[in-house]
Amino acid sequence: MLSEDHEDLRKTVEAFARDEVAPVIGDLYEKGEFPYDIVRKMGAMGLFGLPIPEEHGGMGGDYFALCLALEELARVDSSVAITLEAAVSLGAMPLHRFGTPEQKDEWLPKLAAGELLGAFGLTEPGGGSDVPGGMRTTAVLDGGEWVINGSKAFITNSGTAITGFIGVAAITGRRADGKPEISTIIVPAGTPGLVVSEKYSKVGWSSSDTRELSFTDCRVPAANLLGQRGRGYAQFLQTLDEGRIAIAALSVGLAQGCVDESVRYVAERHAFGHPIGHYQAMQFKVADMEVRAHTARLAYYHAADRMLRGLPFKKEAAIAKLVASNAAMDNSRDATQIFGGYGFMNEYPVGRFYRDAKILEIGEGTSEIQRLLIARELGLGGL
Amino acid sequence: MNIVVCVKQVPDTATERKLRSDDSTIDRSANGVINELCEYAVEDALKLKEAHGGEVTVLTMGPDQATDAIRKALAMGADKAVHLSDEALHGSDALSTSYALSQALKKIGFDVVILGSESTDARTGMLAAMLAERLGVPQLTLASKIEVDGSAISIHRQTDYGYDKVEATLPAVVSVVEKPDPFKPRYPSFKGIMAAKKKPIEKIGVADAEIDPAQIGLAAAWSVVSDFTAAPPRGKGVVVNDEGDGGTKAAEFLVSKKFI
Repeated sequence: MLSEDHEDLRKTVEAFARDEVAPVIGDLYEKGEFPYDIVRKMGAMGLFGLPIPEEHGGMGGDYFALCLALEELARVDSSVAITLEAAVSLGAMPLHRFGTPEQKDEWLPKLAAGELLGAFGLTEPGGGSDVPGGMRTTAVLDGGEWVINGSKAFITNSGTAITGFIGVAAITGRRADGKPEISTIIVPAGTPGLVVSEKYSKVGWSSSDTRELSFTDCRVPAANLLGQRGRGYAQFLQTLDEGRIAIAALSVGLAQGCVDESVRYVAERHAFGHPIGHYQAMQFKVADMEVRAHTARLAYYHAADRMLRGLPFKKEAAIAKLVASNAAMDNSRDATQIFGGYGFMNEYPVGRFYRDAKILEIGEGTSEIQRLLIARELGLGGL
Repeated sequence: MNIVVCVKQVPDTATERKLRSDDSTIDRSANGVINELCEYAVEDALKLKEAHGGEVTVLTMGPDQATDAIRKALAMGADKAVHLSDEALHGSDALSTSYALSQALKKIGFDVVILGSESTDARTGMLAAMLAERLGVPQLTLASKIEVDGSAISIHRQTDYGYDKVEATLPAVVSVVEKPDPFKPRYPSFKGIMAAKKKPIEKIGVADAEIDPAQIGLAAAWSVVSDFTAAPPRGKGVVVNDEGDGGTKAAEFLVSKKFI
């Protein structure tokens, strides 16, 4: 099903996750520490540049390659996977797609090498998918500079020691029809007027960097506009459609990680004279978990295939994201149940999987939003 | 500098490994991976190339499916590969393998030959020394570090008291050991994986390398597997309850097993 290149990449990332991530991530996760060393190693492997062209320091691969890498990482840990996902699909890809040659030259080689991370500021404390209705952040041109005021919430990779910039979605005026005009502006880390808050205390994704940002008369050059003025909304809709496939891949990884751990555990753990995997109650549970991971994988492979072939993929991406995040949640619950008391201990990864799964039904569009998108694609939007 | 790395494809140590029932040789039909120490050899070769320029050629002897190990080495950054593959080589022991490889190496030409100090399948650990003898060049074995300066080559060899520095003149054969970060083998990048496809893999047979068929294969082997038994399953561990004398009991256990 995979090309030889893709399969070799998958195997390489599988080995990396097993040998470099698995031995250290449990400890980092419990301490809530960002995995700088792992990020550096992923950078050296070129994972941050997978879909970026070679002339900008990337690997010249495609978005599907990124998805495969995300799945393999998330089989072991989701904090590491989401750090890569956000850095590439929310940080580097908009720049690659909409940036000026100068902006690309300035940022892409460092982003592709994982030396700097890009973040994307869309969600605000008062609104997520309710764009532009819920958006309050504004940017006004003044003397050749954008002056930004407002705040952003839940922004991944926005406060690490290697954060390069935040792409900030802001209202930059009114359109002819009176609706807000939205644009994206590049705000380099450390710009005066940008305040990065302490890391959130989160239920899961504990080693990923997530922060609230506030902007008070934060000034950047007019040239920091990313893409066209007033096209911000359309730009990030495309970004989010792709991102849903990436989150689906990450969810499949978590769902598969639950299968991997459970298969191992039911063969080792004995009860009533047999390994617990001897009992049908366990076998059926594990079989159902495998079914969920497998079907969700097919869904994201299909969506990615349509995207790479230039076909419409909005519905397929929403289906993949919905199915895969459900699979992750269900599998992590079942795996934790199989592990019993040990499932509740931080010593085993399944507890971490359980905590990490819930956000997958929320981030990058909630499950409800995915259903809304699917219904609209079926023509039910105007009823 | 012309660097040749010898790599070997071995059965994955994470899977169940078997001997063939017909001739007691290792079953190489499935789950082949590049031998772990060979990855260290490739990494050391690439570091030498980065420091001194030149070219890294991968040499492997093995059945057709050994291309997986070659592709991995090429994806890591080696420039080209030579695959010595011939039915007549099947069953060759370490001695005849060293003969066959030395013939291939004479054909390829080299300033330095690097290989892992042993493979996880046969674990004889003798090939580097045999190769050096066959080729009539110095051998620098069990290297944890390699340095080249002009025609001089030196290695560090870990010992109980520190390390020995061993020097020789090129051309030479070096075998390498496992090392901690940051000297671990690199992971191939996607660019490397895609580029590996376009790198030349030259397939040669026994005749191409001017190998005397009488000196290779099962029939010419000096060592024969006459019998084998499966390793016994691992027994239950010994639990030592510490009642104030835990240290003594643990020491007694280690003494009984001749560890101390």
